Amino acid sequence: MLKHRLIPCVLLKDWQLVKSIQFDSFRTIGHPTATVRVYNARNVDELIVLDIDASLKNEQINTEIISDMADECFMPLTIGGGIEDIDGIYKVLNAGADKISINSKAIEDQSFIRQSSRIFGSQCIVCSIDVKKVNGQYRVFNKKKGVLDIDPLILAKEYETMGAGEILLTSVDNEGTQKGYDLELLRLFKDQLQIPVIINGGMGKPHHGTEAIKNGADALAAAYIFHFSQYTPAQIKEELYQSNIPVRIPV
Amino acid sequence: MIAIIDYSMGNLRSVEKAFQKIGANVVITKDHDIIKRADKIVLPGVGAFKEGMENLKQFGLIALLNEQVLQNKKFFLGICLGMQLIGSRSYEVEETPGLNWIKGDVVKFNSGKLKVPHVGWNNIRFIKPNVLFKNIPDQTDFYFVHSYYFESGTQGATTVTDYGIDFVSSVNKDNIFGCQFHPEKSQKFGLEILKNFANLNR
Repeated sequence: MLKHRLIPCVLLKDWQLVKSIQFDSFRTIGHPTATVRVYNARNVDELIVLDIDASLKNEQINTEIISDMADECFMPLTIGGGIEDIDGIYKVLNAGADKISINSKAIEDQSFIRQSSRIFGSQCIVCSIDVKKVNGQYRVFNKKKGVLDIDPLILAKEYETMGAGEILLTSVDNEGTQKGYDLELLRLFKDQLQIPVIINGGMGKPHHGTEAIKNGADALAAAYIFHFSQYTPAQIKEELYQSNIPVRIPV
Repeated sequence: MIAIIDYSMGNLRSVEKAFQKIGANVVITKDHDIIKRADKIVLPGVGAFKEGMENLKQFGLIALLNEQVLQNKKFFLGICLGMQLIGSRSYEVEETPGLNWIKGDVVKFNSGKLKVPHVGWNNIRFIKPNVLFKNIPDQTDFYFVHSYYFESGTQGATTVTDYGIDFVSSVNKDNIFGCQFHPEKSQKFGLEILKNFANLNR
């Protein structure tokens, strides 16, 4: 049986891995390769790293550090941040990533998803959508442009049609708050897409993961809980397992 | 030396790193002389079947692989697309003949309620003992990412995995091995499979 995945989703900034709170302040997690080694030993299911220097400062993505991380990462590695063209995808994959995550570029030009999924396969293309609730309605949020008048579910369906392999759905309001995932947002997405939805933002306790899966998430992304709480990945999986959710329990 | 076949179909470096981690001597190559000198051959691959076969053909690798694997009986491991390519034919995009080393068609998951691609960790179930799975418990989870699977029937199958149906998740015939999942991305037990392959002796 296919298992639900538990995925650390961390940011790369100034050669360090960091965690943001509502996309604003940052706390340092640690050195990239050392952190990857720990994740690998703790049997998390995948890893997502977003290079925020590249996306916000329009710098080239740091392939040197990605390559160092990939050397220690014997699980799927998704890299995102500032990917603007096919050449950028080649560079990141050649550095050792398995998938890439696209956000801003996909909003600007959806044909880029079609183009890249045709070359690299849908399994390689994760489309990331950041969502903020404004006046009771969910809207797409962009780090540079702010809130956009775009419905996130409609955008996700368009991405799926264009060839996206997975959706990384982040609630900006819940991100870094430890108050749990945005279940209302998840319910909007439930059974609406053929491709997996990775929910991100808000996991503070293991039972938040159970709630999210029961409300339609295929996989759970988180960061805060792994670094600034007493919970380990094994404890989170144990809680999911006890709630009859199929997860990979390390032997 | 183990030759990892470079035919421009993705994730070669991941496979190389994983073999290096277990101390194996590996080379990523499409050079015919190096492949002839290798004692084992690995065909990884992510992507479309048709493009995979076209690339093998373009680099003159089909005849060479037939010679090295079928005649010289070198140990061969196909991973993901690399396993599918040893089948008879695929219906991805259009009907395309494969290497036909193990009989069977490569067909798409009939989606229904289940999401396609099949992506994530899923367990294998042994249907016959196999050297590739030495020191690996039955029901161990491995990382999969694919939309098509290899209908090899019972003749070649060594494990099956449940995704709506029991599909063949690994095969073996003589010196030829294949796994649909990615051992290079499956942490400890994935590396164990690569170690078992690297340690095969004639």
